[in-house]
Amino acid sequence: MANQTEILNDLATIVEDIAGVDAADVQLDKEFIGDLDVDSLSMVEIVVAAEEKFGVRIPDDEVKNLKTVGDAVNYIDQAQG
Amino acid sequence: MTTRVLVTGLGTTSPVGGDVTSTWAALLSGQSGVDTLKHDWASDLGTQIAAEVAVDPSDVLERVKARRLDRSGQLALVAALEAWKDAGFRLGDGDGDATDPERVAVALASGIGGVQTLLSNYDALREKGPRRVSPLAIPMLMPNGPAASIGLTIGAKAGVHTPVSACASGNEAISLGIDMIRLGRADVVVVGGTEAAVHALPMAAFGQMMALSKRNDEPDKASRPWDKGRDGFVMGEGAAVLVLESEAHAQARGATAYAEAAGAGITADSHDIAQPDPAGLGATRAMKRALEDARLDPADVVHINAHATSTPQGDVAEAMAIREALGGAADRAVVTSTKSMTGHLLGAAGALESVATVLALRDRVVPPTINLDDPEDVGLDLASTRRELPSGDLAAMNNSFGFGGHNVAIAFRSV
Repeated sequence: MANQTEILNDLATIVEDIAGVDAADVQLDKEFIGDLDVDSLSMVEIVVAAEEKFGVRIPDDEVKNLKTVGDAVNYIDQAQG
Repeated sequence: MTTRVLVTGLGTTSPVGGDVTSTWAALLSGQSGVDTLKHDWASDLGTQIAAEVAVDPSDVLERVKARRLDRSGQLALVAALEAWKDAGFRLGDGDGDATDPERVAVALASGIGGVQTLLSNYDALREKGPRRVSPLAIPMLMPNGPAASIGLTIGAKAGVHTPVSACASGNEAISLGIDMIRLGRADVVVVGGTEAAVHALPMAAFGQMMALSKRNDEPDKASRPWDKGRDGFVMGEGAAVLVLESEAHAQARGATAYAEAAGAGITADSHDIAQPDPAGLGATRAMKRALEDARLDPADVVHINAHATSTPQGDVAEAMAIREALGGAADRAVVTSTKSMTGHLLGAAGALESVATVLALRDRVVPPTINLDDPEDVGLDLASTRRELPSGDLAAMNNSFGFGGHNVAIAFRSV
């Protein structure tokens, strides 16, 4: 079970791989769309990759609530619990 | 007075080179791009040879950009970026670039479209379920995807088009670009074709049509248009792009032209879905129309880059068609098939061969048809070796024909 720091690090790697954002810029307070310039299709790819990586399910209805990287890290952390 | 359309930029990534300079040098030296396929999937196929691109697009494109494109889109973008730069244009910022995006268009063809994306996502669907299908699958597999990505990259707002006519697609895109400029719909049109169908399914399907060469033990000898030993075409992949521009626009910005895209002829056989008209009637009419459209006499034509794919029927039918279209003047035309080296790039073939035709006019030299060891007697001056062209005002034609009975000839004139 990954802790929040490990989740952030792994998520940052996924975002870098899919959207080309430098992993170092993927911080908890950053918005995926507003700050990191992730488009809606890349967001779907990131969600699916995160599901695979962390063994969780992120329903489509939930994705719109994951505005910041911190939102996603918290959701994954709780879903793993 | 018809607007003159000039070719002001060229780009390609082909089985014999990663750009225009290397591709042209390889063609002139008679170098084959055909090789044995190393992919695991090839081992079951009757044909295990193809002409894959010499430089993988992932070596050239930014990684994140590449992963959002089908291989056909990657190849198209590589070729388009080279052509755009070659024409003297810059990307995006508009700084110092007088070209109005609303006067720039794209006509970029594909014969088969994003087939590798389609099939890999179908594999993912069956093996891992619908959630593993990429959200990018549709924009990647749609046939207009490569054209759209070029349009986005160069900022084309006059229209982005994707003509589809199997192996005539590339030439149809060039014809569309000429029309758009003549009709005043654009000043600059990026035209060409792309194909990335070296994959088990298209290879198996063309194999079932008995269309592919099975000369697996001699890959560089497999594509041999008009040679009596020919036994089918060799699948090729790649992309080629030409920048077409109105003469006025080119002159205003001081651009250098390679040649004039003087005219085009498009016809349909209405004979059979896969077989060409045995007497080449549709092909003849396409060539005649191209000459009329370009206001050329048959005697002006000193060179033809033929469609000749190395199939038993097609090569001979085209030769008859050339003789019929040019009459006695056919004796003056040096005819070649660069497919002997590049294989058959399907929807990109017309574009790559138009690049070769344009360069032949500029450099006054015709690339050889390799492997022409025992030629059919087709009554044409076939270039079994590299040939020089005369000086003066010259014209040349490029032919492309496609399944469905599509025939497109493009006429170019030296400048």
